[in-house]
Amino acid sequence: MIALIIFGAVFVFALGCSIAMLFAKNAVHTALFLVGSQVALAVAFLLQGAHFVAAVQIIIYAGAIMVLFLFVVMLLGVDRSEVLVEPLPAQRQLALALGALLAAGITYIALTSVDLIGADRTQDLAAINRNPGNVLAVARTLFSRYLLGFEATSVLLVAAIVGVMVLARRVDSVTALGAEAPSSEEREVA
Amino acid sequence: MTEVAPGYYLALAGLMFSIGVIGALVRRNAIVIFMFIELMLNAVNLMFVTFSRIRGSVDGQILVFFVLVVAAAEAVVGLAIILVIVRRRSSANVDDVSLLRW
Amino acid sequence: MMGVQGEVAAGFEPVLAPLIIGLPLAGAVVLLIFGKRIGRLSGVLACGTIGLAAVAGLLNFIALLGAPEESRSTTQHLFDFISVGRFQTGVDLLLDPLSLVMVMVVTGVGTLIHVYSIGYMHGDPRYPRFFAYLNLFASFMLLLVLADNLLLLYVGWEGVGLCSYLLIGFWFDRPSAAAAAKKAFLVNRIGDFAFLIGMFVLFGAIGSLTIGQINEAAGALSAGVATTAALLLFAGATGKSAQIPLYVWLPDAMEGPTPVSALIHAATMVTAGVYMVARFSPVFEASGGTALTVVGVIGAATALWAALMACTEYDIKRVLAYSTISQLGYMFLALGVGAYSIAVFHLVTHAFFKGLLFLGAGAVMHALDGNTDMRHMGGLRRPMPIVGYTFMAGWLAITGVIPFAGFWSKDAILAAAWVEGNYVLWGVGVFTTLLTAFYMSRLYLRVFEGPLRTPEGTHAHDAPLTMAIALVPLGVLSVAGGVINLPGLLTLEHFLEPVVGESLAPEGALAFILSGIALVVAVAGIMLARSIYMASGAEARRARFVRPMAPLVNGARHKFYVDEIYGRLIVLPGKRFALFCADVLDRRGIDGIVNGTATLIGRTSQGLRHIQTGYVRNYAATFLLGVVAVFSFLILRVVAG
Repeated sequence: MIALIIFGAVFVFALGCSIAMLFAKNAVHTALFLVGSQVALAVAFLLQGAHFVAAVQIIIYAGAIMVLFLFVVMLLGVDRSEVLVEPLPAQRQLALALGALLAAGITYIALTSVDLIGADRTQDLAAINRNPGNVLAVARTLFSRYLLGFEATSVLLVAAIVGVMVLARRVDSVTALGAEAPSSEEREVA
Repeated sequence: MTEVAPGYYLALAGLMFSIGVIGALVRRNAIVIFMFIELMLNAVNLMFVTFSRIRGSVDGQILVFFVLVVAAAEAVVGLAIILVIVRRRSSANVDDVSLLRW
Repeated sequence: MMGVQGEVAAGFEPVLAPLIIGLPLAGAVVLLIFGKRIGRLSGVLACGTIGLAAVAGLLNFIALLGAPEESRSTTQHLFDFISVGRFQTGVDLLLDPLSLVMVMVVTGVGTLIHVYSIGYMHGDPRYPRFFAYLNLFASFMLLLVLADNLLLLYVGWEGVGLCSYLLIGFWFDRPSAAAAAKKAFLVNRIGDFAFLIGMFVLFGAIGSLTIGQINEAAGALSAGVATTAALLLFAGATGKSAQIPLYVWLPDAMEGPTPVSALIHAATMVTAGVYMVARFSPVFEASGGTALTVVGVIGAATALWAALMACTEYDIKRVLAYSTISQLGYMFLALGVGAYSIAVFHLVTHAFFKGLLFLGAGAVMHALDGNTDMRHMGGLRRPMPIVGYTFMAGWLAITGVIPFAGFWSKDAILAAAWVEGNYVLWGVGVFTTLLTAFYMSRLYLRVFEGPLRTPEGTHAHDAPLTMAIALVPLGVLSVAGGVINLPGLLTLEHFLEPVVGESLAPEGALAFILSGIALVVAVAGIMLARSIYMASGAEARRARFVRPMAPLVNGARHKFYVDEIYGRLIVLPGKRFALFCADVLDRRGIDGIVNGTATLIGRTSQGLRHIQTGYVRNYAATFLLGVVAVFSFLILRVVAG
């Protein structure tokens, strides 16, 4: 019963934050609403016995990544808010209609066809969480069956770091290095 | 503790995902669009966790971990691109970046 | 009548036979490539190659004569031509009496005409090219007569057609020459097409293209197949040998240089049809009379028809052209009554005297700055005696006066027709003899006899040395060429017998009566021409003579409107059809489809490119549309079960 109440609260809070994101004109507000919904999701994770993921969700998502977002928003100028007029014809209507269709479809599947996935083995996860415990189980799985994928993520992250460094480098630093003469456009920007 | 049926979690995830889609289509600030994409990824994470519960194994949670890594990488690279665009055009409006057309 | 040439087991040894074809071909190739550099010497070179080919031919001829009669046929395999499955065709030369007689005519007359051309074409800007074409023609013609299979014969057949086209249109800067060349080529093509089909029919029925095998198997063919094949081959012959209905190209072909007219359009190429029919005589025999009757009737009709037109023509070369058609008609008449060897005999004598007449006409034109209208000429025998007397020999030969060459061959043809029982053909032949004598006398008397008259501004002079060298031997042959087949001795006929069988000849008194009739008719024709062209009071007599036949004369003068009728019935619909194909089918139909496709794609793309707005959110919306579509499909599938 308590779980149901908590889930109701999570449901309302998560959806509320999400919808609020749609209407927030200021990028900072949007980001804050996103954090809200992510915290609600973390609670939902906890409710479903995914303790480690819930912690990661709070620490990395709501913490690190959102801080990065806010940092960029601040960097580019906080007070710039969007114009409300939609320049593309029928973009909003189309987005709403299609989004509604998509939501209806997913909800329909979710509420009617869960058993298609297989037998409900909810109790098995609860058993794993009791013995050997959620974190230990995740770690064992991650470093055994998913070891290769785990190592691949490290490559991905290194690539992302290098890519970002190339992208964010100032143009005049390129000329300073003498790697290549900047094009006229680049010089203009510089 | 786990009395609520997994279908409702999935429904919640679907709704959040749809909101993310709508937001990504409707908003014009590139950073905000990115936030909606993050929202969609979060919704998917919720689904993975729910599946993990349904199947009675932690594999779904591992997938969440991977999504998380990809999301982090993507957010970093994407934000860097936005940074460059803004530096050039002094605008984060995606509609301004429409040179590649007929 | 079956030939025995299939039995080649014990043939004689050929002597350098490939050189007969190879030398002129090599000359042509060298002249075509290096002609400009060789310049004036190209004439000598060309004469040398054809002359050496003549020597090679003669050596083979002697070798053949030296062989015993039953082994006077041999084939020489040079190399494989086409080898596909069971279809084997090699480049094989067939050396037998018939082909070697043809080789002797082609190389002999050819050499003389080559020599003559040195003088005649002197100063022409395309002098080397002319000799290149002449040599090329000679090699193709020799290939035609030496070919051992129908396919190779067809190569030669097409080759001489090509050279004929090139040489008629040699002065292609004259529109009339270009048009005449085109006409000759197209009319020949009709015949060649039929010839090709005939070849297919023979191959389909017999399964071989080798002459020996075809002739051997011809006897076993059903009459229908044999008739079809024979008539198709003969249709090819009507094109190449200018018979009704495809004769119309030959008079126009006189636009070519006169040596060309002499060599190709009198002595050699136009006789290819005669040679071919004689060569495939078993096939014609196998049709049970039908094919040969057609050949004989067409031949007689052509002889008469062309002779009528020759009577009213004023252009000396065109008179000779019609005369050629008429004489070729005689040859086909002979073939039609089964007298193949006599047809070949007439072919040989005709090559002598018609070549001579053309060369003489050429000498006249050469002297008179290219003038060909006999109304402006007269009495030319005195300023140009060599030409005059040789021409006289040719004239007497073609009219059939004893003992000139033409008498023996023409008489033999008429006699064969009588003996065969074809009295109608005989009658037509005799009447044509009258006409021949008349128009040739008209030509000779008007040009060479009477008071001296030349076109304004020209001064007649006798033929230069190179031309005389060619005229004199031909004159001698025209006088004495008949000895090769004197009655009783039967040399040529006997010689050809292994290939084409025996020809019928009258016996005893009948022979003399028939010859007498032909001779009297010929003399009558000469006298008629003399009385209305030469004797005193000729003008009045001519008017009186012509008046009752005015429609006929008028018709003949307009060539009986055959060109106009062909133009209206065949050329015009053909042109309309071609225009229809070009304008409607091609331009609107096929091009329309192609252009329409292009336009459709272009327009569609023009419209579709506006989808590319450049707005990333538009793309995302489209993306979403696809996602929802696929997702909906999946859901519906689940819902439907």
